[in-house]
Amino acid sequence: MQANARNLIMNETTTRTLTIQILRHNPQDPESEPRFESYQLDEAPGMTLFIALNQIRDEQAPSLQFDFVCRAGICGSCGMLINGRPGLACRTLTSKLGPEITLAPLPVFKLIGDLSVDTGAWARQMGERLETWVHQESEPDIDRLEERMDPDRAEEIYELDRCIECGCCIAACGTARMRKDFVGAAGINKMARFRLDPRDERSDEDFYELVGSDDGVFGCMTLLGCNDVCPKELPLQTQLAFMRRKMASVK
Amino acid sequence: MKLVYTDVLVIGGGLAGLRAAIGVKRRGLDTVVLSLVPAKRSHSAAAQGGMQASLANSAMGRGDNEDVHFEDTVKGSDWGCDQQVARMFVHTAPKAVRELAGWGVPWNRVRSGEREAVVNAEKITISESPEAHGLITARDFGGTKKWRTCYTSDGTGHAMLFALGDQSIANGIPVMERKEALALIHEGGRCYGAVVRDLVTGELTSFVARATVIATGGYGRIYKVSTNGIICEGTGMGIALETGVAELGNMEAVQFHPTAIVPAGILTTEGCRGDGGLLRDVDGHRFMPDYEPEKKELASRDVVSRRMTEHMRKGKGVKSPYGDHLWLDITVLGRAHVEKNLREVKDICHYFLGIDPAVDWIPVRPTQHYSMGGIRTRHTGESTTLKGLFACGEAACWDLHGFNRLGGNSVAETVVAGMIVSEFIADFCQSDESEISIPTSLVREFHAREQGRLDELLATKGSERTSDIRRRMEEIMIDKVGIFRTGVELDEAVEELQQLLHRSRNLGLQSSVHGANPELVAAYRLQKMLKVALCVALGARERTESRGAHSREDHPQRDDSNWLKRTLTTWKNENDTLPTIDYEPIDVAGMELPPGFRGYGQANHRNHPDTEARVSEVTAIREQLEGADRFEIQNRLMPYKHLLPERYRERNERLEEPNPSS
Ligand SMILES: Cc1cc2nc3c(=O)[nH]c(=O)nc-3n(C[C@H](O)[C@H](O)[C@H](O)COP(=O)(O)OP(=O)(O)OC[C@H]3O[C@@H](n4cnc5c(N)ncnc54)[C@H](O)[C@@H]3O)c2cc1C
Ligand code: SF4
Ligand code: SF4
Ligand code: FES
Repeated sequence: MQANARNLIMNETTTRTLTIQILRHNPQDPESEPRFESYQLDEAPGMTLFIALNQIRDEQAPSLQFDFVCRAGICGSCGMLINGRPGLACRTLTSKLGPEITLAPLPVFKLIGDLSVDTGAWARQMGERLETWVHQESEPDIDRLEERMDPDRAEEIYELDRCIECGCCIAACGTARMRKDFVGAAGINKMARFRLDPRDERSDEDFYELVGSDDGVFGCMTLLGCNDVCPKELPLQTQLAFMRRKMASVK
Repeated sequence: MKLVYTDVLVIGGGLAGLRAAIGVKRRGLDTVVLSLVPAKRSHSAAAQGGMQASLANSAMGRGDNEDVHFEDTVKGSDWGCDQQVARMFVHTAPKAVRELAGWGVPWNRVRSGEREAVVNAEKITISESPEAHGLITARDFGGTKKWRTCYTSDGTGHAMLFALGDQSIANGIPVMERKEALALIHEGGRCYGAVVRDLVTGELTSFVARATVIATGGYGRIYKVSTNGIICEGTGMGIALETGVAELGNMEAVQFHPTAIVPAGILTTEGCRGDGGLLRDVDGHRFMPDYEPEKKELASRDVVSRRMTEHMRKGKGVKSPYGDHLWLDITVLGRAHVEKNLREVKDICHYFLGIDPAVDWIPVRPTQHYSMGGIRTRHTGESTTLKGLFACGEAACWDLHGFNRLGGNSVAETVVAGMIVSEFIADFCQSDESEISIPTSLVREFHAREQGRLDELLATKGSERTSDIRRRMEEIMIDKVGIFRTGVELDEAVEELQQLLHRSRNLGLQSSVHGANPELVAAYRLQKMLKVALCVALGARERTESRGAHSREDHPQRDDSNWLKRTLTTWKNENDTLPTIDYEPIDVAGMELPPGFRGYGQANHRNHPDTEARVSEVTAIREQLEGADRFEIQNRLMPYKHLLPERYRERNERLEEPNPSS
């Protein structure tokens, strides 16, 4: 039992100096040009990119922009390119990276400034376009016993409901980079989630209207960049293939 | 001056704000929601454990109902809560869960048949009846008599927030992201909206509204270690306080969660202990039964947090470079359980500690977690002193939680309050009372004042650094206004926080950009945070008793004779360095559940002079009505239904209590 103290991150003893290159640009400022700036700091035990970036802002670059809310890998705010790969910065330990780290904003999304991008607008627009809510004619009767649901089905829905709209899958997707209206893995996964939900009365024809095109399931090239980077490890590969099959059989 | 008119301005896009906005929108009103971040990233998303509602579907929840939930809540609050509000809440919570089920939350369901569970470190077999199959199930949480906490694996808050976020899209409610309310517009005791800053462009907009709702969450981040998201800075309370009119209630009531990981301060859910996880010390000894033989790890949060601190003070903590900690052991639950029901915990351990909780123990210690205090409101959600201002969720002191809230009662409160308060807001907006005719000059004045403050911050090159003052405030709060408090330390805290407030009037910023400017943001939030911190510290210093989460080592007794009252703080003049304190008595004579022993440790409290009389009254009523149904008895003891909006008055159906009209 005490053995676990051994591999505790906070007991690490080595100290390294980290060099963090950050792609900086403030589109609000007409003078600003995208450029890499380099910052050095001493690594501390258990340091995450959340801690490192705050320290840089505090001590070296007061205007540096980035987004964190939960700092626990839950809210999806902090997606960025970490050494070129989309990931959540808050739950990335610096000890898992080399001493030279490159950070850049997620591509595809509108840049707000430095590492901050507008994933919020993207998510809202996806929700409006795909109508990502349960479509039911009647209102729930809140005074009566709730509708029953198969326990396994409830868990399956939750599995797909876990998307945190971080945008990593979009940033990793070749199609999304080329086609600005492509709904991406996150969008297709959401459709799979509502399709699975017995409370949602939409038919496959309805879903086809939403994702049965080249901006939907038929635009996906199945290279699976999305599947590899999803921080919630959603079964994107399976869902993409499944939805494509279902949609292909509609017409 | 940019100006926007709406019926209802909702500041905050977490569970409380979104549910309130949906409520007023459905009543035909125009509404706008503002949020610092995309609404679905609000801190509500982090709630892992679950939501309390007495559905009584699962075997371990059988026999549960509003009465039991009410008693747990009142005891949990250490009799500090408003019992009528608690009644309104427990009655509406089942409706809230069912509404969310209809809106798509994939609540875990009862599976008929036998299953194994770990209770009290022992494997037991639970047998679920076929008639409950497919209904919403519940898990065990600290401080509750029955298993009452509804959940979706370990992502309850996420699933709830996404359902409400998507519902607000479905209802066409505009949610404006990256917007920060800087000040409330008000005059003559009436609130008219807010001055709001765009965090990307720096531009100010004034929102004028018939009703303004603050649903900005808690103030955890005035503490150095907190489980709260980094945006939980209490600025919503700050802007209310700065009106000089709105009152904050019980700000000293701050909850510490027993099991946040060390050093990151990230929470591992109460579900860990609810499901059978154990706390161990440096010797691997399970110490909670030594202190709390009956409830053990599942005593209420404030109690477990204090016992852990006590135990570490005895030298039984595990040493680490980040200070002492204890172990949370969920290995006893088995890998399958950990990977399925506690996956978020597993992820957190993996990513932030590099350990596997199915085989390793987790380093934990008590960490600031929840703000019971907030904007003092009536049962309608309206501020007691500022007309047209409403508050709900963690930002409000409604007052459901008194001096300690139960796990799972908070996300439940956010949605229930959103449901109830939005009805009252709609009534208000549809009455003549809400007619507003404010001169644009008033709006212009507030607008100009805020712009002036920002310009001044950017222009004056004072000698103080925001981050130095902020860091010091956070340290003072955790060291001197923490789990155990003493008069001496609280004196020091109040004194030093006042000095910090002085210093914060002389900030010097490096950057002078008006647009996106994180340094400026930190600077203008600082004074609001310090004022909130002073309300907490002063309230704690004055309260010379121990109640719920407020634990005075120099006054260990709960003292109903002097302190069965709510602390109210206001900030009368801008140049004050201390809030003004007032008290609001809690009426013992009207209580359904008169003050008594809470059921932890030793019975140790001084009675209120009215307690004895009320206890006999209650006993007499109960004897007189022996054999009557529970609704009738309850109604005789403390009527509350008339306080609820009409649409929420009907009884809740349960398997054992079929709806009479069905
Ligand atoms: C880690 C963790 C786990 C938890 N687990 C549970 C649990 O299992 N069960 C339970 O019942 N409770 C739990 N809680 C408590 C519960 O999650 C919160 O109390 C609740 O979600 C608060 O919701 P809210 O809507 O009041 O505020 P929040 O969700 O915090 O939302 C606040 C909103 O206000 C906005 N805002 C803030 N200030 C401003 C401003 N000045 N201008 C504009 N917008 C502003 C923010 O952007 C945000 O949208 C947990 C809390 C934590 C920290
Ligand atoms: S598999 Fe489809 S959605 Fe995923 S990255 Fe490739 S093209 Fe994009
Ligand atoms: S599917 Fe995964 S990667 Fe894509 S937005 Fe959702 S959580 Fe992020
Ligand atoms: S800050 Fe929430 S996921 Fe990183």
